[in-house]
Amino acid sequence: MYNRKDKTIAFLMISPSLILLAIFVYFFIGQTAWYSVSDWGVDPATALKKGVEKNYVGLDNYHTLMSSASDYEFRLAFISTFYFTIFFLGSCLILGFFLAFLLDQRIKGEGVFRTIFLFPMSLSFVVTGTIWNWLLKPRGGLNILPNKIFGADPLEYKWLNSDSTLFKFEWMQGGNLFYLGIALFAFALFTFVAQKRSLSWFWVVAAGLVLWLISAAGFWGKIWLPIDDPVRDIGTYQGYGYNAALSGIVIAATWQMAGYVMALFLAGIRGISEELREAARVDGCAEWQVYMHIILPQLRPIALSAIIILGHISLKIFDLVYAMTGIDNKYVKVPGILMIKGFRSNEWARSSAVAMVMLFAISLVIIPYLWSNLRTEKR
Amino acid sequence: MSKRLLSLCSLALVFAVMVGSFAPTARAQDDLSGSLEIFSWWAGNEGPALEALLALYGEQHPGVEVINATVAGGSGVNARAVLKTRMEGGEPPDSFQVHAGQELIGTWVAAERMEDLTFLFEEQGWFDVFPEGLIDLLSTEEGIWSVPVNIHRSNVLWYNPAKVAEWGIEVPATWDDFLAVCPAIQDAGVTPLVVGEAWTVNHLWESVALGVLGAEGWNGIWTGETDVMGEEFLAVWDTFGKVLECSNFGEDNAGLPWEQAIDRVVDGSAAFNVMGDWAAGYLTTTLELVPGEGFGYAPAPGTDGVFLMLSDSFGLPVGAPNRDAAVAWLALLGSKEGQDAFNPLKGSIPARTDGDVTNPELYNSYLQSAAADWATDTIVGSLVHGAAANENFAGNFGTVVDLFTASGAPEAAAAEFMALCESSGACGG
Amino acid sequence: MNNQMEARMVARYLWRVIAYSLLVIMALIFLIPVYMVVVTSLKEAAEAGREATAWDLPSKLNFESFETVWEDLAPNLRNSFLLVSAATVISALVGSMNGYVLAKWRVPGASIFFPLMLFGMFIPYQSILIPLFKFMDNVNLYGGLPGLVLVHVVYGIPITTLIFRNFYVDIPNELLEAGAIDGAGFFGIYTKLVFPLSLPGFVVVVIWQFTQIWNEFLFAVTLVKDRWQPITVPLAETAGGISVNWNQPMAGAILAAIPTLFVYIVMGRWFIRGLLAGSIKG
Repeated sequence: MYNRKDKTIAFLMISPSLILLAIFVYFFIGQTAWYSVSDWGVDPATALKKGVEKNYVGLDNYHTLMSSASDYEFRLAFISTFYFTIFFLGSCLILGFFLAFLLDQRIKGEGVFRTIFLFPMSLSFVVTGTIWNWLLKPRGGLNILPNKIFGADPLEYKWLNSDSTLFKFEWMQGGNLFYLGIALFAFALFTFVAQKRSLSWFWVVAAGLVLWLISAAGFWGKIWLPIDDPVRDIGTYQGYGYNAALSGIVIAATWQMAGYVMALFLAGIRGISEELREAARVDGCAEWQVYMHIILPQLRPIALSAIIILGHISLKIFDLVYAMTGIDNKYVKVPGILMIKGFRSNEWARSSAVAMVMLFAISLVIIPYLWSNLRTEKR
Repeated sequence: MSKRLLSLCSLALVFAVMVGSFAPTARAQDDLSGSLEIFSWWAGNEGPALEALLALYGEQHPGVEVINATVAGGSGVNARAVLKTRMEGGEPPDSFQVHAGQELIGTWVAAERMEDLTFLFEEQGWFDVFPEGLIDLLSTEEGIWSVPVNIHRSNVLWYNPAKVAEWGIEVPATWDDFLAVCPAIQDAGVTPLVVGEAWTVNHLWESVALGVLGAEGWNGIWTGETDVMGEEFLAVWDTFGKVLECSNFGEDNAGLPWEQAIDRVVDGSAAFNVMGDWAAGYLTTTLELVPGEGFGYAPAPGTDGVFLMLSDSFGLPVGAPNRDAAVAWLALLGSKEGQDAFNPLKGSIPARTDGDVTNPELYNSYLQSAAADWATDTIVGSLVHGAAANENFAGNFGTVVDLFTASGAPEAAAAEFMALCESSGACGG
Repeated sequence: MNNQMEARMVARYLWRVIAYSLLVIMALIFLIPVYMVVVTSLKEAAEAGREATAWDLPSKLNFESFETVWEDLAPNLRNSFLLVSAATVISALVGSMNGYVLAKWRVPGASIFFPLMLFGMFIPYQSILIPLFKFMDNVNLYGGLPGLVLVHVVYGIPITTLIFRNFYVDIPNELLEAGAIDGAGFFGIYTKLVFPLSLPGFVVVVIWQFTQIWNEFLFAVTLVKDRWQPITVPLAETAGGISVNWNQPMAGAILAAIPTLFVYIVMGRWFIRGLLAGSIKG
C-alpha cells in the first residue's frame, strides 16, 4: 500500500479543499487586512464607486477606533464583549456543571431531562433571540413572572435597555489593574493548559514573556491611545464598563448553550471509570470529596474545551444580538454588529478594522488551543 | 439508526420538493415579462401603500413577477446596511427606495451607481408636474437620478384634541411655550412628550433645531453659514435637553417603535409626540381615527410656516437586471395614477403638483392641509431622513445625540457635531 | 451501627429528593420560553401584543398567526431546505474524502495544513465578509442559492474533515493494508472498505451541518437576494422590525425551529455526538 501513485492521488483529492480554504480563509483575511489599512470609505463620496482607488494609510483606522472621541461605540463594544464573554462563560460553566452533576446521580428519566436541557442548542440564535426579545419586554415576560407566580410586585428591570454601567473603568486611564487582570487571567489560563498538556517550561516562559509584552503594550497604549478629546467622548460621562443591558443577552445565550456544556461534562464524568470512584469511596471519601478530588481534576481538559468553544462563539456573537436588539440599540453594542452597521455609512475601511480586531481577539484564544491540541496528538 | 437517517433524508427531500412546487409560476404574457425586484423598508404598517402600487403595476404588466423585497426598520435603518452588500455584491435590485437629497446624491450618484433618468422625465413630461425645488434635490449637473413618489413632513406635533381640552392646555406654538406648559402636564401624571427608539430622538432633535434656528439658520448648517459652535446653536442643544427632560427619554423610550410611542398620545398617557407625517397614515389607516377628532396636529413648536421635508424616491441602479420592468415601475411611480394610489394610504402628499389632493375621498383633511402648507411654506430638507446631509453624517449623527444625552453638555455635543461636519464634509465648504 | 446506617439511608433518600426537585425546577426554567412561544403564537394579534397578559393562556385558540406566517415564510422554508440539502450532502462527501486522506495517507505537509484548515472554522466570518461578497460578484454567484451553498460547503470543510478524520483514525490500518494487498488502490480502498464503514460518521456530519446551515444568519442576510433568503432572515426581520403582533414572530420561530428540533429529538444521541465532535477531540 501507499505507493507513490496513490499518494499523489490522495494529495490531489484533498487539494481542491486546500485551495478553496486558502482563498476563502487566508486570501480573504488578507484582503480584509488590506482594506483595514486603507482609506476606503473615508471620503464618503467615493466609498461606493466601482474600482475606487484605495490608499494605504497605515494603522490610522485602528488608531482612530481606539482613541477618537467619536468611536466610543467601538470601545464600548470591545469592552462589552470582554465582559459578556466572562459572564456568559461563567454562567454556562457553572450551570452546565451543576446540571451534569445532578444528572450523574443515577436519575430515572435522565434522557428526558437531558433532552430538555440540550434542546435549545439545536435552535438558531435568531430563533432564540426572537423568543427572548419577547420574554424580556420591560412590562411583560420575565418581569411580571414573579407577579404571576407569587403575586409579588412586578420587576422593572430594563433587560435590553438599561442605562446603568457596572464595573466601570476609564479607558487607557488608570486601567493598570485592567491590564494586570487580563495578563494574570491569560497567564493562569496558559499555565493551566501547559500543565494539562505537559508542555515544557520553555513554552511557559515564552508565554509569560508574550503576556508581559501584551501588558506592556497596554501601558504603552495609555500613552499612545488616550482619547483625543475627552470632552467629546461619551465614555467620559457614562464610563466604560459592563452595561447592564447586556444581561438579557447573557441570559438568552446561557439558555441556549448551558446544555452543551452539560453534555460535555456529562460525557467527561461518564468517562471516568467507576472503579476509581468506588475506590475513593472505599477509602472513606464522601461523595463531595470524590467530586473535588477525583472528578473535577479530570474534567479540566473538558472545561478548557468548553471555554474555547464558548469563548470563540461569544467573541464573534452577532445574530443573537441582531435578533434581540437590532443594530441601533444605544446600550448593547458588540463588534459583530458595528461591523455591519458601518456598511450603512459606507465606512468599509473602519468595518474591516473592526473585523480584524475581532479576528485578532479570537486568534489569541484559538491558536494556542489548536497548537497544544495538535502537539499532544502527535505524542 | 441508519434506517431512521435514510427515512429522515427522504422525508426532507420530499418536503423540499413539495414546498418547491408552490413556487410562483409565470402568468399570461404581456408587453413585459421576467421579474422586478423592488427594495424598500416599507414593511408593517407602511406596507399597504406599497402593495397598492404593486397591485396597480400587476394590472398594467401582468407578465412581470414582482418581488417585494422589504427590510423592516423605521427610516431604513437596517435596509440601508443590507442594500450596501447587494450593491457591492454586484447584484443591485431593479429599483430601490432612497431618500431624495444627499442620501441619493452624496452616496449613490457620487459613486456613479445610478442611471440618469432625464430621458424618463422628458418622455413623461415630468418637468412640468414636479416642483422645481424637488427636482433640484434629485439632480446634479449630470442628470436626474430618481423619481420622487411622495412628500413627507418631518416637523409635525401630534396630540389628542379631547385630552388636550380636558387638561386645559394649549398646543404650544414655540418650544418655550412647551417648556412652560410641561410642569402642569407632568403634575397631571401625563408624559408631556413621548419619544421612542434611538432614531425618533434624532428626529425630535431636528424639529427642535429648526424651531430654535429658523429656516435660514437650519439651511446655514449645510452651507457652512451657521456657526455650529456659536451661541445660537448651543441654544439648540440647551432647549433639546430641557425638552427631553419633559419626555419619557431614559425611562422607557429605548426600543419603543414610533407607532407605540404615538399610541400613548392616542390613549392619553402622553400629551404630545413629534413624528413625521407618516404617523397620519398609521393613525387613519391602522387605528382608523379621524383627523382633527381622534388626533390633532400642528407644526412642531416654532416651525410654523416651515416645511421640513423629506421625499421617498426610487432610482434605477446601473446594471439593474430587469431594466425595462424597472423603467415601467418608475413611470408608474411618477404618474398621477400611481401617486394618487400610493399617497393616501401612505399618509403623504403626492410629489406631483397636479395630484388629486383636494379630493376628500382620497386625501383626508390632514393631508389636504399638508398639501396646502407644501404649496405656501418655506421648504427645508430633513437631516435624519437623508435630504440635507450625506449618509456618513446622517449615519453618525446618532452618536452626537448620544453624547449630548450622556453628558448634558451642549459644548461637547457642538464640538462633536463640528467634528462630524469636518469628517463627513456635509456642512459646506 | 444500625442507627448510623439508618441515618445514612435517610440522608441518601433526602439527597435524592433534593436532586430530583432541583432537576424538575431547572427543567421548568428551561421550558419557560417554550411555554411562552406556544402560548403567544396561539393568541390573536391584539391579545398577543399585550405585555401584561403575556403569561395567560390564549382566551381563544387562534391559528391565524400560523396561517399568515406560513404564507409569508413558505418560500423561505423552501430555500432553507434546498440550501441545507445541497450543502450538507456536498460537504459531507468532501469531508469524508478529506478525512480519509488525512487519516490514512501520509500526505506531505499535513501537519502544517491541517491546523491551518482547522483555524478556518473558528474565524469570525465578519473578517472575510467584504472580500467574500466582492468575490461572489466576480464569479457571478452573488444573490442566489448556489453561491450560498458554495460558501457553506467551503466553511464547512474544516469541521467535516475533522469529524471524518477522527472517525477514520479508528479504522485499523491492517484492514486497509489487507485491501491494498488485494490490489485495491486509493479509490478501491475508499469505496470498498472505508465508505461502507462510514455511516456513523456521515450521520454525525449530516446532523451537524444540517443544524449549522439551517441556523446560520450572517451569510444568509448578506449574500442572497430577497427571494432566495433562508428562513432565519425574514424571522429576524419580523422580530426586529416594527411588528408589534408578537404572535407572528413566535409562530415564525416555531416554524424555523421545527426541522432542527425534529433532527435533534429523533437522533438525539447522534446529535450529542456531533456536538462533542465540534470540540476538536471528537
